[in-house]
Amino acid sequence: MAALLPTAGGTGAPVDAPPASPPAGMRARRWVPYALLAPGLLWLIAFFIVPVWQLFAASLWDPNGSVETGYAMTWSWSNYATAWDMFHVQFLRSLWYALITTVVCVLLAYPLAYAIAVKGGRWKNLMLVGVIAPFFTSYLVRTYSWKAILADTGPVVEFLKWIHVLGPDGRLLATEFAVIAGLVYNFLPFMVLPLYASLEKLDVRLLEAARDLYHGPVRSFLRVTLPLSMPGVVAGTLLCFIPATGDYVNAQLLGGPNTQMIGSVIQSRFLVVNDYPIASALSVMLMATILVLVTIYVSTAGTEEVV
Amino acid sequence: MRSLWRWFAEKWVFLLGLMLLGYLFVPIAVVLLLSFNQPGSRNTTYVLDFNDLHFTMDNWTNMCGAAGLCDSLQRSIIIGFCATVLSTILGTLISFALVRYRFIGRGATNTLIFLPMATPEIVMGTSLLTLFIGAKLPLGFLTILIAHVMFCISFVVVTVKARLAGLDPRLQEAAMDLYATPWQAFRLVILPLVMPGIMAAALLAFSLSFDDFIITNFVTGTSGYDTFPMFIWGSNLRGIPPQVNAVASAMFLISFAFVIAGQLRTRRRSARRAATS
Repeated sequence: MAALLPTAGGTGAPVDAPPASPPAGMRARRWVPYALLAPGLLWLIAFFIVPVWQLFAASLWDPNGSVETGYAMTWSWSNYATAWDMFHVQFLRSLWYALITTVVCVLLAYPLAYAIAVKGGRWKNLMLVGVIAPFFTSYLVRTYSWKAILADTGPVVEFLKWIHVLGPDGRLLATEFAVIAGLVYNFLPFMVLPLYASLEKLDVRLLEAARDLYHGPVRSFLRVTLPLSMPGVVAGTLLCFIPATGDYVNAQLLGGPNTQMIGSVIQSRFLVVNDYPIASALSVMLMATILVLVTIYVSTAGTEEVV
Repeated sequence: MRSLWRWFAEKWVFLLGLMLLGYLFVPIAVVLLLSFNQPGSRNTTYVLDFNDLHFTMDNWTNMCGAAGLCDSLQRSIIIGFCATVLSTILGTLISFALVRYRFIGRGATNTLIFLPMATPEIVMGTSLLTLFIGAKLPLGFLTILIAHVMFCISFVVVTVKARLAGLDPRLQEAAMDLYATPWQAFRLVILPLVMPGIMAAALLAFSLSFDDFIITNFVTGTSGYDTFPMFIWGSNLRGIPPQVNAVASAMFLISFAFVIAGQLRTRRRSARRAATS
């Protein structure tokens, strides 16, 4: 995922290439790398791999158990069928919302990243600061702020009513539009940064060469700029799609009952209803779906720089 | 007219970029505006009604006036600090191993680093909660810290790795040719050069930890160890105190000032370098 973060130097050195020759005197001590890895990897194994395994186990617990009586391991694969029957609407809706969010993010982020990387000139760094500026306030506060902007008496609704796009009872909150708008806003920087990183490496002389070969601006964009920025598009897509699928903050604050996403379902199943088996099954389904989609996507988009 | 058209043809991408940047600032501007607003009787903190704004400085002068707000900020800072220190150390060690050594299991390590970044937060939250319940570990400070360190490590590794990989391995050899011990070469040559990467990773880790809500919501439980995002979420029902906007605005202004100051410093330094050479 090295391509995701624009490094300060921007040297563009291949990050994953192992050193050509390890410094002399280090080759002898083979245990050194393992000693360096051990603490961090153990942390990840204990608090990422083991819990996911535990979650998988919990998804097969007896669905009739409860927190008070405890859960028995009954290998209830039927939990998955139950979970699908109950919540496939929210599940598919989340994937759909995340897809729209990602597409809109690409469409908005591309011109922004291009403007910074190619046309930014001396304003480049300042504009980059602007891209990460939303992170300086809290995620929840930003989303609440959108709630205020899109509120029924807020300026956006008033304006849309005035130009008769919305009827007199029309509203934006609790609609799909509000949820997706919130998701797009919150994940846009994650699309801009990797796109910027790959556009920044773009050699302007290639565009001049394309012009010399009588390519118009559209053709040289489609045949030179776009293909060369694909690693950025791929990385940004992952950074946008994955968190958007599991998000429940936007759906909860900006949406209504008809825009509930799978994250809200999992959250309330776990923390409110305490229905661990079904909630775990939903989580496992979500993770598996995303891993499959990501694997397919990365192998078709065909860039190695992502991982 | 013609020259105006040409100017526009030349600049339209840049102007579009500026408009998009403006869009990113819209909610921040609203938070700043609302931080000076006294919510009226029929007005809650998060309604933007230009006909119903009442200027006040109370939210700024009396930030801790909202019960629990400053306690939650303090918790967020403590958790953020501990998680940053731990994850930066663990992640930096991993990136040194990955970049400077060849060993069996490199691919598996890379996958293990990548997986947490490819997993939706909600899955990590649910799985950690299952683990903690199974292990009968009481939810609270410790479980939040464990979770935050876990999801920060990968981002630290990626950031430090990018910096390390740009380093010339011959620098260390040169140092050792000049009779530096491996430890001296590391401490006096490599570490200072990697430091910007480590600092960037630490900043990233702190902001990830400070702002995390989805995972924290699962591993806090009813312990009452509510971080700042948890405080906001929790006061949703009672109504969010307007001071939250002042705190968020202050956070924004302080970080923004720091980053801009850093930018100006590098710009001045590079200008000086250009002048001397």
